[in-house]
Amino acid sequence: MSDSAHPAVHPAPTTFIRKWVFSTDHKIIGIQYYFLALIAVFTGLALSVLMRLRLAWPAESWPWLETIFPVGFEGGVMSPEFYLAMLTMHGTIMVFFVLTTAPQGGFGNYFLPIQIGAHDMAFPVLNMLSFWVTFLSMGVMFAAFFVAGGAPISGWTAYAPLSALGEVAGPGLGSGQDLWIISIALFCIASLLGALNFITTVLNMRTKGMSLMKMPLTVWTWFTTAILALLSFPVLLAAGILLLLDRLGGTSFFIPAGLVVSDTVIENSGGSPILWQHLFWFFGHPEVYIAILPGMGVASQLLSTFARKPIFGYHAMVIAVFAIGMLGFFVWGHHMFVSGLSPFSALVFSILTLAIGVPSAIKTFNWLGTLWGGKIRFTTAMLFAIGFVSLFVSGGITGLFLGQTSVDVQLHDTYFPVAHFHMIMGVAAIFGIFGATYYWFPKMFGRMLHEGLGKLHFWLTFAGVNAIFIPMHLMGIMGQLRRYAESTEFKFMEPLQPYQEFVTIAAFVTAAAQLLFLVNFCWGMFKGRKAGENPWEATTLEWITASPPPHDNFGGRELVVNHGAYEYGVPGAPRDYVMQTDPPLETTK
Amino acid sequence: MPVAIAPPEVEPDTERQGHVPEPGGPGGGSGSDGESGRWGDGGGRRLRPDNYQLGMWLALASISMMFIGFSSAYILGQGTNSQWRAMAAPPLVWINTGILLASSLSLELARRAVASTELKRWMTLTCLLGAAFLVGQLWLWETLTRQGIYLSGNPHSSFFYLLTGVHGVHLLGGVAGLATLTARAWCSAGRVPARASLNVTALYWHFMDGLWIYLLVMLFFWR
Repeated sequence: MSDSAHPAVHPAPTTFIRKWVFSTDHKIIGIQYYFLALIAVFTGLALSVLMRLRLAWPAESWPWLETIFPVGFEGGVMSPEFYLAMLTMHGTIMVFFVLTTAPQGGFGNYFLPIQIGAHDMAFPVLNMLSFWVTFLSMGVMFAAFFVAGGAPISGWTAYAPLSALGEVAGPGLGSGQDLWIISIALFCIASLLGALNFITTVLNMRTKGMSLMKMPLTVWTWFTTAILALLSFPVLLAAGILLLLDRLGGTSFFIPAGLVVSDTVIENSGGSPILWQHLFWFFGHPEVYIAILPGMGVASQLLSTFARKPIFGYHAMVIAVFAIGMLGFFVWGHHMFVSGLSPFSALVFSILTLAIGVPSAIKTFNWLGTLWGGKIRFTTAMLFAIGFVSLFVSGGITGLFLGQTSVDVQLHDTYFPVAHFHMIMGVAAIFGIFGATYYWFPKMFGRMLHEGLGKLHFWLTFAGVNAIFIPMHLMGIMGQLRRYAESTEFKFMEPLQPYQEFVTIAAFVTAAAQLLFLVNFCWGMFKGRKAGENPWEATTLEWITASPPPHDNFGGRELVVNHGAYEYGVPGAPRDYVMQTDPPLETTK
Repeated sequence: MPVAIAPPEVEPDTERQGHVPEPGGPGGGSGSDGESGRWGDGGGRRLRPDNYQLGMWLALASISMMFIGFSSAYILGQGTNSQWRAMAAPPLVWINTGILLASSLSLELARRAVASTELKRWMTLTCLLGAAFLVGQLWLWETLTRQGIYLSGNPHSSFFYLLTGVHGVHLLGGVAGLATLTARAWCSAGRVPARASLNVTALYWHFMDGLWIYLLVMLFFWR
């Protein structure tokens, strides 16, 4: 933090290293985060494809996979332990390095300062540091694949005591689990630094006239997300430190007395495995909103822009975002209904959980209200925003089932919650990221993505994810257990095998459709049609500057904001949209 | 949608950097519209804390959450763990606490100092006291291990080492920050370090001081 009087204004870098590698420019850092997430998402996708292969055809042998993974695929069949390692790493990589990183670190970094008219983040050097710590964290996480024993098998939730005992409890729980914890600890620190920076930037760096209630909803969601990250990641960090001490320091924070694992008597005593669950989910539930809230902001922005209408109920949207964020801190117990929670606390957690349905319904209602009677432009970005709303509804509605203790007891540890959280936290958030990518790509890279290819990508993905996750809901209701590499041992799951095959085929098609996106992305970066300043005729501040924006974002201009973020179709205005910096309109009462 | 009618009242020349907040200064919240809140619109700002001050408060909120996490684990352990054997406060703890409190005092004296030599002396003393506290804590650990009280001994001693350790790491950061400022003060002959950095560091330091008192009460007096 050695910046002097002007914390955010720094000269444009001249060397390659300072410009593209150790850059303090929020735009470059945003792109760095985005590419990091892109690497992570395709890795995570590959892991899920491998898992689906195992689930659909448990007896089939794949000798060519043995040549790639000699340890995990002995005899061409994936070992159950390797399946669990894939499961752990898929979840961890997707949750932390994709869903947390891309919407907040990527788009938030790039567009938050521009949308509030700032020249950069409040602490540019800190911003660079958060990216590089995230990068280091991902390196450490990926290293867990390559150590003796391989990646940990304790799931992305790393439930104790499995995660606390070390190698004795299973392969990957030795150094693999250590690296996992260290990586997550680093990620926590990086997220904290980022969150601190985001909040300070929103509160202190807004340009003249940009009052809080004129901020785009994207900024509001990034801001709320940053508050959630600031307050929830430290708890995960604390839990990680305790877990690491249990593993390396001989303490017993999470290890209960009298454990016998793999014929070995564990000497620790007195700890509480449930404590880990409390600490983990105190972070884990806000984390869900860290993943989804920026998507909500993007959906609001896109729906308003492409329906050519002001967002319906701006104030209600802001309040709903805050309500969802704050309620998110008091519902962690709904992940623990079967952990022996007292019925009274379960009831309280259940009521608070269902209460989140209220602001969520407000948001959905307002999105539909925004679409109603709009002159809708069905761009790819808009399709993904509508897809987001669709998935938010179909994924959110099952949350009402799981939020009730009695139903949850039945559905817990089946495919039902798996389908639920993939639908809402995974796919809906990914749709937010895709929507944001198709919308902001022209601003970030100065070129347009191919619309036709984009629409094909949308339809294949939208059909694909529904084909994957709707059957998974049904399988869950019928009792298919999660986390099992194969269910051939269980008679009652036998009739579900055709579902497994269908889901796997749907997953392969959906995964293949993502290659279209990759092709479109690479093609767009170099060969796409040149984008103007404002290809979507949108109103927010990023669209008044060049694509891509100059180093200080606005070419030395000091902006004055006169209008709200979503003034489309204003009577008496010369165009059907009023930019935020347009002079005030003299007409109308 | 309401359309802003009034032309924006542009405040005459308010410094953008806002480094020295002027409470109650000119340029109050006469925003361009009625809805400018506490931080108002970009024009006139009354109560906008500078970036470093705000950033530090946020960092402290975050650090607090981490210790709240530890505290809840502590309370749960104290309530449910059958192995819990609380140890008495070792006498050395009081000496260390005294040193830490003295360091906060000397830091305040540094902040109040008018002459730069006086400031530099107080800051140096603060650094030394901070370092002395850390050495004292290590000494405390050493004494306890010689008495056979280890990290893995029983839940209370685990928490003792954990909490003093994490607090110590944070304090080490504070000492490093103070030392940098002090070194800068000595090197730049005659000039005092930027008030803003000093204030932010002092905020952190006092917080760590208060946190230590909290930990002390929790570890040894809360039964």
